[in-house]
Amino acid sequence: MGNTSSMLTQYDIEEVQEHCNNTFSQQEIASLYQRFCQLDRNSGGFISADEFLSVPEFAVNPLSQRLFRMVDGLNFKEFVAFLSAFSSRATLQHKVEFIFKVYDFDGNGKVAFSDLLDVLRDLTGQFISEQQRELVLTHVLEEAGYKKDSLLVLSDFMKILGNTGLKMEVEVPVD
Amino acid sequence: MVMISQRNPLSSSTSKMSKLTTSSSELDLDRPNIEDYLPTDSIPQPHAKLRLRDLLDISPTLTEAAGAIVDDSFTRCFKSNPPEPWNWNIYLFPLWCLGVVVRYGILFPGRVLILTIGWIIFLSCYIPVHVLLKGHDKLRKRLERALVELICSFFVASWTGVVKYHGPRPCARPKQVFVANHTSMIDFIVLEQMTAFAVIMQKHPGWVGLLQSTILESVGCIWFNRSEAKDREIVARKLREHVEGYDNNPLLIFPEGTCVNNHYTVMFKKGAFELGATVCPIAIKYNKIFVDAFWNSRKQSFTTHLLQLMTSWAVVCDVWYLEPQNMKPGETAIAFAERVRGIISARAGLKMVPWDGYLKYSRPSPKHRESKQKSFAESVLLRLEEK
Repeated sequence: MGNTSSMLTQYDIEEVQEHCNNTFSQQEIASLYQRFCQLDRNSGGFISADEFLSVPEFAVNPLSQRLFRMVDGLNFKEFVAFLSAFSSRATLQHKVEFIFKVYDFDGNGKVAFSDLLDVLRDLTGQFISEQQRELVLTHVLEEAGYKKDSLLVLSDFMKILGNTGLKMEVEVPVD
Repeated sequence: MVMISQRNPLSSSTSKMSKLTTSSSELDLDRPNIEDYLPTDSIPQPHAKLRLRDLLDISPTLTEAAGAIVDDSFTRCFKSNPPEPWNWNIYLFPLWCLGVVVRYGILFPGRVLILTIGWIIFLSCYIPVHVLLKGHDKLRKRLERALVELICSFFVASWTGVVKYHGPRPCARPKQVFVANHTSMIDFIVLEQMTAFAVIMQKHPGWVGLLQSTILESVGCIWFNRSEAKDREIVARKLREHVEGYDNNPLLIFPEGTCVNNHYTVMFKKGAFELGATVCPIAIKYNKIFVDAFWNSRKQSFTTHLLQLMTSWAVVCDVWYLEPQNMKPGETAIAFAERVRGIISARAGLKMVPWDGYLKYSRPSPKHRESKQKSFAESVLLRLEEK
């Protein structure tokens, strides 16, 4: 217990704001800091696996493992940068980049069929067989003009998702 | 409708595709529908044909996850809000210091004195009664009940407790069970000073455990251990025996299973609601202006919590004894529990959240994730068949 937001100086807030390209207001950053401290129960400076998974709403999410790998061990500045894709001020490009990063697990800038399959498996679990999943993916890929062994890059993602009116926003509660 | 087209390589197998592989773990029909509470944007509308962008667009799921990272209703239930500091200027600060002096220097010793006197009186009556009246069970029980009520009153006095009871006083009748929302262990003391309830509690270590095994035994208590799974069946059996027993004290149960911060209620466990007894709800609401009575068991021990209460000005709360409820025909235990939770939350002004209090100690079951996966899988297959 304790008002740890008093430990965040104006300089700190501005630094974080710059790091996330002004996608969050100063009030939102202060709120996020309170939340960060609330989740970081052992005050280690980062949020561990246990602490993330203790939020049941996060733990039941099918993509929690993938997201967790991206956010594991981040300090507060990087935590805010991670969440900046969900701000109302984030550009569409930024949001699509984020989605791309979720798919591109090994971070080599290319999304292969296996990456697409992995995410689809996370989302559908055991309710579709592996074979069916491959068939569905191959089918929609070919329909969109790609082949099964195509490697998708960020510009492909921009093309596919760019004009769908992507809704990916989270409101930061400000007291 | 399946249209066979040469372009669709899956046409021959679409009939097989439309059948979902059934999951080996049946969705637990016993739980209330969490989907009623959680956002359902992740279920896409199954009207248009499935395209690559629909599979790539994982934004609804990501938004849900990010929303949970930023704020979630479960953590809110256990947040103790520190009181706003108001002693920030030249005349308020000395007043506050004076208040601290009064509280710690005058009130606290006075309260410790009252409590000590109370314990002396209690023990000097209780021990003789307990030992000498071994043969006269009925009389001994009545005296012990009165004595437990007495020591609880002393406890309440030691925090300058101002408790307002509303509603008809509970009476000891067979086939009835009392349920209340849970904020701290002092809930039990506040209720016990009016009526000697039997209670079901988690076994605690230390001096609390000692009290539990000696004095509370006399009013009739049932112990359980959260960490033991088999324990549940044993406890269920003990509950049933107690409720059906003839001369037992009325049983008080806190169905939330854990302490919540008096702004929210978490899901009630159905154990109390499937005993075939009348359920009498009790709502407790503490007035935060005087002291925050929420016992954050992760942050403080019970001793620290009590000391905090004894050095505050007062503990002010309202207790409402609400109308006894019976299970409606055709109602499941879960639905009954939720209905009673609604009654208690409405009376005490608490918000209901769909989480199980035990998630404080364990991970959520994979069933919730599976139900999300199932609905997504269903919509994918459905849209695949749309032409």
